[in-house]
Amino acid sequence: MDFALSDEQEAIRDMAADFGRDRLAPMADGMEETGIPRDLLSEVGALGMGAIYAGEEYGTGLGRLDAALIFEGLSLGDPSVAAFISIHNMCVWMIDRWGSDDLKAEVLPGLASFDTIASYCLTEPGSGSDAAALKTRAVRDGDEYVLDGTKAFISGGDYSDWYVVMCRTGGEGPKGISTILVPKDAPGLSFGGQERKMGWKAQPTAQVQFDGCRVPARYLIGTEGDGFKYAMAGLDGGRLNIAACSLGGAQGALTRTLTYMGERKAFGTAIDQFQALQFRLADMETDMQSARIFLHQAAWKLDQKSLDATQFCAMAKRLVTDRAFDVANGCLQLHGGYGYLADYGIEKVVRDLRVHQILEGTNEIMRVIIARKLLSDRGNG
Amino acid sequence: MLTEDQTLIRDMARAFSNDVLAPGAAARETAREIEAPVRAQLAELGFLGMTIDPDWDGAGADYVSYAVALEELARGDGAVSTMVSVHNAPFLAILDRFASDAQKEAWLKPAARGEFIGCFALTEAHAGSDASALRTRAEKRNDRYIVNGSKQFISSARIGGATIVFAVTDPAAGKKGLSAFYVENDRAGFHVAKVEDKLGQKASDTCALSFDDLEVPIENRIGEEGQGYAIALSSLETGRIGIAAQSVGMAQAAFDAALAYARDRDSFGKPIFEHQAVQFRLADMETEVEAARQMVLNAARMKDAGVPCLREAAMAKLFASEMAERVCSAAIQTLGGYGYLSDYPVERIYRDVRVCQIYEGTSDIQKIIIARQMA
Repeated sequence: MDFALSDEQEAIRDMAADFGRDRLAPMADGMEETGIPRDLLSEVGALGMGAIYAGEEYGTGLGRLDAALIFEGLSLGDPSVAAFISIHNMCVWMIDRWGSDDLKAEVLPGLASFDTIASYCLTEPGSGSDAAALKTRAVRDGDEYVLDGTKAFISGGDYSDWYVVMCRTGGEGPKGISTILVPKDAPGLSFGGQERKMGWKAQPTAQVQFDGCRVPARYLIGTEGDGFKYAMAGLDGGRLNIAACSLGGAQGALTRTLTYMGERKAFGTAIDQFQALQFRLADMETDMQSARIFLHQAAWKLDQKSLDATQFCAMAKRLVTDRAFDVANGCLQLHGGYGYLADYGIEKVVRDLRVHQILEGTNEIMRVIIARKLLSDRGNG
Repeated sequence: MLTEDQTLIRDMARAFSNDVLAPGAAARETAREIEAPVRAQLAELGFLGMTIDPDWDGAGADYVSYAVALEELARGDGAVSTMVSVHNAPFLAILDRFASDAQKEAWLKPAARGEFIGCFALTEAHAGSDASALRTRAEKRNDRYIVNGSKQFISSARIGGATIVFAVTDPAAGKKGLSAFYVENDRAGFHVAKVEDKLGQKASDTCALSFDDLEVPIENRIGEEGQGYAIALSSLETGRIGIAAQSVGMAQAAFDAALAYARDRDSFGKPIFEHQAVQFRLADMETEVEAARQMVLNAARMKDAGVPCLREAAMAKLFASEMAERVCSAAIQTLGGYGYLSDYPVERIYRDVRVCQIYEGTSDIQKIIIARQMA
């Protein structure tokens, strides 16, 4: 068993961490107001982070552990921008994995360079955790599909160029679902207003609405009826990425808190000299390191196509996003009143990380996945 | 159990909270201001002079009534409850206990009638939890003091009418060199240097102040020279009971929203309330809210009985504020993605309540106080 990163992995991690600290961090506060500039994403694409784990024909050809290192590094600077990049990568991988050669040739070069952006559309207003109950329908009409329905909480809604839409082409349940790629200029596609939310403010979030929306049939990804399978497979990696974003956000907050505690004085001494606060730091560091190891193991399992990879992705997502939120929140507390102020940037990390416990499957759904696997593996023996 | 009077006050606060505070809370946050009509209504209803004797134009209520009223106001809008809390204690409580009759006539009466909002300026940039490290200086010159320095995290200073300012009058005397002054906010040399942008409670302004040769007449000193530290600490019991009550109110509001949503929202073919894990979480939430409420009432009853309750007030504040974050976070989780959106109240309540673990002494400070009582 070797826990060391390879030289290449260390280089990847450093590249992403440098980009996070040097490019994203200085813009993080401003992007809460302005959103993410497209040319910033082009820089991300130029570094190969637009198609991280898509195959080498169109993408960078890295693994999931590499991706975890990248998303932690980017999140040192801005977890909400990193998470946006993650969602794009999840979509790109689904197209790369199951799209036809023609479809890949048409859309992947632009997506890989981040000249174009993709959004993942699963959740609906009435079906979040219960995703297989989705109602958006696609009906084949000649060489087109006609879509009707509404998707909710879509990151990149009205901003992205492509929408990876899970929709019903058959009967009820997961086996009636297909995945169709919808271009932003498709007739019948519209968007709700931008949602106002606690964090992730740099990212646009909006409903995506289909009203007799016509899409060429060649934009079907893979085969009809397999869409839910693709969606879930995409989420395995998405969950690792989100967990890595939580880790990076919390690590950034912890590093700054360590600095702050050395400078801040109370009762005549630097506050890092108080035992109760030292113990809190020790717990936070222990939580971070154990979460990181567990995340890397889950990523490794997904790279190995291990049979229990889905369960490990779910466990890692649950554990890492919970632990990292607690660490960021603990950092806020260690900053006292300053932690509550926007100027110090800690409260932003807390706001951003809170949603990681909710999206890509709530942490309750992670527990459903884990418990179900445990019970089914138990058998009757 | 509450007395008839206490119940009446609670119901009045609850009605005002339901009718006025809760419906306007989101707009108040966007506007970053507690609008003047709401302040006038709070005054009209007696919430801006609650425990002050009617002789000084207050409502003459007991501390239990004060606590239940604050809880109800916080249930509607946490930011409003902070303004009310700071105004009642420490601001009014200090005037009530330490001001001369002439000073009370001039300041306490209009303040207890709610004609303006009061502020409390103790904390400085380098002295938060540690109030004995203050640097703001007041130098006596003939019939006045010249005050120079700055203050940090001062609630309501932008909209406030007057501030109790703590400044060092004798640098050699340490804690005993601190004095308290009554300063009108429009006095020359009193500057709001910055209105802070913060995680929550955005409707309640939090300000950095700077004093630039601020001239304060000698008759504006509250109590004796050197009495400032004792004055600053005097109202902490009431202040902490207030923060604890606010925490309970905000937690109750988040719980109410989560329960309503859980009954309304379906997943996997049934209301999510029917999922056992959701039910159990709600059961934990309600239990925690009730436990905190009883701690608040216990401390308030001791205060009413004239029994020292520093320990109980600190425990109530520590537990209630931390409980409230857990409950509000659980409420967000119960609402799922909707919990993260501003269209629903719980994410704002979470942000609003987070500061209850920080202001009026952080949780760590409460632990120091509780531990000291063991010695």
